[in-house]
This record gives sequence, C-alpha cells and structure tokens, in this order.
Amino acid sequence: MAEHERHQYDVVVVGAGGAGLRAAIEAHAQGARTAIVCKSLLGKAHTVMAEGGIAAAMGNVYSDDNWKVHFRDTMRGGKMMNQWRMAQIHAQEAPDRVYELERWGALFDRTDDGRILQRDFGGHSYARLAHVGDRTGLEMIRSLQQKAVSDGIDVFMETTIARLIKDGDRIAGAVGYVRESGDAIIFDAKAVVLATGGIGKSYQVTSNSWEYTAGGHALAYWAGADLIDMEFVQFHPTGMVWPPSVKGILVTEGVRGERGVLRNAEGERFMFNYIPEFYKAETADTEEEADRWYDQREGNRRTPDLLPRDEVARAINSEVKAGRGTPHGGVYLDIASRRAPEEIARLLPSMYHQFKKLADVDITQEAMEVGPTMHYMMGGVRVDPETQSSTVPGLYAAGECAGGMHGANRLGGNSLSDLVVFGRRAGLAAAEYAASSGEAKMSEADVDATVNEMYSFFDRQGGENPYAVQQDLQETMHNLVGIIRSGPEMEEALTKLAALSERAKRAGVEGNRQYNPGWHLAMDLESMLVISEATTRAAFERQESRGAHTRDDFPTSDPEFGKFSMIVRPDADGRPTVSREPLPEMPAELKQLLEEVPA
Amino acid sequence: MSEYTMRIFRGDRSDGEFVDYPIEVDAGNVVLDAVLNVQATQAPDLGVRWNCKAGKCGSCSAEVNGMPRLMCMTRMNLFDPAEPVSVAPIKTFPTIKDLVTDVSANFEIAKQIPAFQPREPDAADGTYRMMQEDIDRGQEFRKCIECFLCQNVCHVIRDHPQNKTEFYGPRFFVRLAELEMHPLDTADRTALIRDAGGIGYCNITKCCTEVCPEDIHITDNAIIPLKERVGDQYYDPIRWLINKVKGE
Repeated sequence: MAEHERHQYDVVVVGAGGAGLRAAIEAHAQGARTAIVCKSLLGKAHTVMAEGGIAAAMGNVYSDDNWKVHFRDTMRGGKMMNQWRMAQIHAQEAPDRVYELERWGALFDRTDDGRILQRDFGGHSYARLAHVGDRTGLEMIRSLQQKAVSDGIDVFMETTIARLIKDGDRIAGAVGYVRESGDAIIFDAKAVVLATGGIGKSYQVTSNSWEYTAGGHALAYWAGADLIDMEFVQFHPTGMVWPPSVKGILVTEGVRGERGVLRNAEGERFMFNYIPEFYKAETADTEEEADRWYDQREGNRRTPDLLPRDEVARAINSEVKAGRGTPHGGVYLDIASRRAPEEIARLLPSMYHQFKKLADVDITQEAMEVGPTMHYMMGGVRVDPETQSSTVPGLYAAGECAGGMHGANRLGGNSLSDLVVFGRRAGLAAAEYAASSGEAKMSEADVDATVNEMYSFFDRQGGENPYAVQQDLQETMHNLVGIIRSGPEMEEALTKLAALSERAKRAGVEGNRQYNPGWHLAMDLESMLVISEATTRAAFERQESRGAHTRDDFPTSDPEFGKFSMIVRPDADGRPTVSREPLPEMPAELKQLLEEVPA
Repeated sequence: MSEYTMRIFRGDRSDGEFVDYPIEVDAGNVVLDAVLNVQATQAPDLGVRWNCKAGKCGSCSAEVNGMPRLMCMTRMNLFDPAEPVSVAPIKTFPTIKDLVTDVSANFEIAKQIPAFQPREPDAADGTYRMMQEDIDRGQEFRKCIECFLCQNVCHVIRDHPQNKTEFYGPRFFVRLAELEMHPLDTADRTALIRDAGGIGYCNITKCCTEVCPEDIHITDNAIIPLKERVGDQYYDPIRWLINKVKGE
C-alpha cells in the first residue's frame, strides 16, 4: 500500500466553528497535542453566519436575570425534552464563556455604562443576548480563530474526515482526504472531538451552507455511537423567500428582538391568534401590552412575535396555507414602521445590506417577506452532560452535532453559548482522557480499506450525477419530513430514501482527485442519506406533536411520549433502529424552578 | 429566465483556459448561482470555494468581467446577456484549480501578528468597561470577512509579487489597526508594522477600500493612522533625538 501523509495527536478536533475552536483551545491548554481538521478555510465555518447573539444570563440589562431563569426558559423552549443537566450547565457557564471571549479580543456592543449590551430574543424572559449588531457569529469565530492561531494550534484546512477508526471499542484515529490534492490523510489520535455542525443540506430550503452534510452525525453513527433526539429539526420562522436564489437565507430573530413585528397580507399582527396554552400566562394578548413590554418588563408580558421558533414557524405556515400570505408565499416582517431608518441600519446592518443587495428591498422603508427555513438540528450524538463523551470511548461531540441540550426546540441565542460552553468541556475531557489512556492503534487493514473506498468512486462508470441525487434527497426531506409530518408521508420518504441510496451507490465522478466537488459530494451523500433515514425513523416513532416535531396525524402532545427520548443506533446490518429511553429524573429544586411563573 | 454564457476559467497551477457554458438564469440570481448551476449540470468537477452565500464568510472571491468581487453578492442582471460573463480566479494568489486559489500566505501572516493582550480587568468581578464610542472604530475593522479582495487588488503585491514577503497587505493592516486601537490592548506593534509589515510600501491609492465588500475604510481609518504612528515613533525629529540620547 502506498505511503500516505500521516500525523500523530492526542486530540483531533473535527470542525472549526465555535465548538471545534473552543474545544481545541482547551485541549491545547491542557497540554494535549491537538489538531483541528476542517472542511473549509479557517474562519469560514457556519458559526460565521450566526447573527443575533449569544445567550448568557449576565443580567447587564435586567439585573433580575440569572441562570435559573435562563435554565427555565431553555427547558420550556425545549418542551421539557432537554437533558436537564446540560441545560443547567449551559445556563450556569454561559456568562463566563462570554466574558472569556471579551478577554480574547471580542468587541460586543455596550450598555450606556460600558458593559456588554444584551438584546431580546424569542423565548427568553429577559434581554439576554450579547451581540455585535447582527454579525455576532463573525465576532465569535474571529475571536476564537485568532486565539487558536496565537496559541499555535495545528490546523488542517480544507481537509475532510471520511471515517473514524477504532481499536476494539475505543477511538484510535481518523482517515480523510485533503481537498487540494485529493490525497488521503491519516490521523492517529487517542481522542476525537466531533464539532461538525448540522444536516441542513439534506433539505431544499435551508439557511445552512454546503458543509452541513451530517458528516459528524454519520461518523459517530458509523463508529457505533448513539444518536438522540433526531426527530427534532428546527425550522427558523424567518428566512428570505424572494428572489428564488436567496430562498432560505436567514433573517435574524434580532429583527423581532429590536421591535420588528410579523403581519399577514391583510396587515394583521397574526401572532396574537397563535398563543399556545403553554405560554398563555406569560404572553401579551394585546398589541399595546406587547409594545410596552419592550421597555417595561414589570406588569407587561412578552410579545407573541417572540414566542419560541417552533410556535412562530408553525403560525407562519398556517397563515400562508389559509391564503393570507404575501405574493411570494411568506408573511411580512415589518421593522420599517417601528423604528427610525438610521436606527434600523445601525442595529441591523447586515440585514439592511442583505435585502438591499440581494432582493432590492430597503428594510428601513418597507416590510421584508419571510417564511420558514430549515435552520438547526436539535438531534445529534448522545453525550454525557459533564464531559460530552459519546457512547464510544475516546469519541466526544460538541455544538450542533451533539444532541440533548436543546430538547424538542432550541431557543435563539442558545446555540452560540452551547458551542463555547460544551466545546470547552469536550476539549477538557478529551485531553484528560488522552492523558490517562494508553496508546490506541488503528489496524492498517481498516486504514487501507477506507482509503480504497474513497478512491473507488473514480472507478464507477457512467453513473448518476451526485448533484441530481442530492436535489432529489432535498426535495424528499422537504416535502415528506419537513415542518409538518404524517405517518404515511414518512413511510413514503423511507421508500424514497432507499431508492436514493441505490442511486448514490452509482454516483459517478468525473475528472481527477484534485479539488473535485463532484467527488466530495458523492462521498457526502452517504452521510446525508443515512442521517436522513435516522431522522425519518425517529420522527415516525414519535407519535405526537412536540416542539419542532409536528405531526398532522397526531396534532397534540402526549404526556407518555414526553417521558422518553428516541435513541437511534445501527443494528447488526448497519441500519438505523430506534429505541426509547426514559429522560433522566430532574432534582426537586430544578423541578420547582420550572413551575414558577416569572413576574 | 434569461440565457447567459458563463466564461469560466478551468485549469490548475500550471495551465488553463476559459470555457464557455450556456445557462439559464432565474430572477435574482447571483454569479455564484450561475457557477453552481454549471457545476451541477455541466462540469461536476468545477472547483469553487463558497460557504454562506450571503456575503458573510468571504469565501467566493473571484474576478467577474475583470472586477474583483464576491460571487454571492454580484447579481447577474448587472450584466448584458448578449455578452459572455467571464469568471476568473483572483489574480494575486496562485491558482490551485479553476476558481480556487492558494491563499495560504494570508494565514501565514496571521500567525506573525502578536496576540491581543488585555489590561487588568476594570471591575472586581473580572469584567471590563468600554464605552460604545471607543469601540466603534474597532468594530468597523472587525467587520472584515477575510475575503482577501483587498490583498488581491493591492498593486504592491499584485504587480510586484517579489514584495509578498516584505508586505503584509491591507487585510493585516486592518487587523493591526484593530489591535492597536483596541481600548483594552496593551501591546505595541509599531515596530512590526514598520519592519515585517512593510507599511511604507503602501502609497495610499485606496484600491483596497474600493473593493471592500464590507465598506471598511481601509486606507483612511486603518492604514493612514498606522503610518502616522510609525511616523511619530521613528521619524519625528524630536522623538528621534530623545531616542538617540536614551540609546534606543
């Protein structure tokens, strides 16, 4: 067998978004020989697209805010499906992680007395999101990237991991390819941290970039790790809908946080018609009260425009279905009538720019047209809340590719904080594991088999166009396992996914191995297809509606289903099977917090 | 729908040529849509970098009809369908394949810049206080999406590749200015800006400012103030005399 480029590390971090960078910084600080391996150039990961802010109960705007309120908001937003210990750790540690970013050079917007400013967001009781206009993700990734670079951490850019390889039960390394040369690259590693983000490129309308091919979910699954909550796929209520080429691009929730409101084609603020029982006690029922709430929490309840994302996305979907949508099939998001033009341009510069350049819409003068877009995967690798360890020794996961933190629906702003809170914990635990465990050895036969499999795509003759297979997959998931689901449609989806898997096996590749996106996609199809099947099977099993998972045939929540999580793992033939596991029991003092209604 | 011809550079480090691809363009399409359409239907191995497709990540820099631009923010209706739309890799960096260039030199320069060094915290709880007006300028610099279009058009390196080892380029003067003007930072990078950074090569033609997709005033707000700092420290006659006497 030919010699391949090969490296030895204690900890290999796959992914260089917020979670991967934070994990690598921590592992390195613990003295582990650490490498970051990422599919794109450094600083281009999906975190860069995050807009509205990072949620942390610092209490800079409302001093009543604290981790307990944040914990409560997060659990309720997740419809109690969250792993409670993760939600607790997240709420407790998020403020430290934000201050840490500042110590590493981040420049957050300020309050009048010079502290970090916080803004309102859906489902959060208080203004809680530290932000930089509407480009918070860029600020965060740049701060972390610059810290990692000045720490001297090794980075392998434009390098994709194709398989993890085990020694017995434990992780021993990873095999992948370098995009530029197309040559194989091998990492011997005692521990691997997955921080690969989400699955959005299996959907037609999404705010996600090409990188979101479920890579980390699939690497973990193929290595035998459990996945959890795979039925919970978040549709962000406000994506652009027009023109067609920008359909799905994110419009930050910060627009509503800064007083923007949703209206239907008749000009009605329709969210008042969609306040669920679960949120009635804490949601305003008149426009006057809702508008007062922005300035005065006491005596006023939250505007329904800032209900959690699952509620708002469903409401928009219903309005459009009822014929009250805009000409391009969305609803209006209006901030122009609510604030002065110069304020809008200052608070939301990136939205202003995006609509002006891509849609010829001046958001300081007219309403935006928006509609739901597939945005975030709540489900992912099942991890231990303290260490982010998966069920495979030596394998860790953090950020979007890990599951359990957000339950059935993530609150806006809780993703950026998730990245740094659990990225740090994963890096710490991976470094400790590497230091305390002996050498692990990959079998050369496993390495060779993986390399041969990657190269074998070039031997396929006259095959399917991988781009066409991906388009059909996107259509299938969008239409049959999308925002509203039903049993018969998901059965149809499973049949279609099986047929697509057959086509994917015939996906041919043209050209040579050097920087060949057709080849990369043909390989990515495998991960997208297996994880789409995992999502569909878990969604089929959950015969109720809860959070982001809405079933036409089971339109209400069922308390029985509220007691357990869906776990997906491979059976003896490698096919995804679903089992139910009870949610861990919450301590009494935390249960108590959930019952309190805030003033 | 309108018909366009995309004239895309196909090649590698050693050789290449422009190839014409006829395509149909939808309402609102940008150049990146057209390129990805060609990739999906006619040239599956067409190399192109992109991520966010919303002007936020700075991956899809190219020269469109000779103008350096982000492909994702350039609308096709800017161009006349009767003429081919040419798309070439950015010129200042070596081509890897098709539209993908080797921008690794930028990541090497980034490694040379001394890290942010904050002062001691302002409050007992370890936090800092900064006023918004004191960070407005820094926030302008931190809008940079590292598309490297400024590096690409800077004639100091575009027309004189031999300067690449002696001149950091506009992107990194923005980075250095951000650090130097950061209210919390305590380090002094003036010597680096003069010596390794080679800021003296810049003769303020403002090409960088013109192409910046984030509208950062690179020349006026970053480079000129840095030049002034270098000037004050090294070329001010009184300062020179004091330094001389102190033996510095």
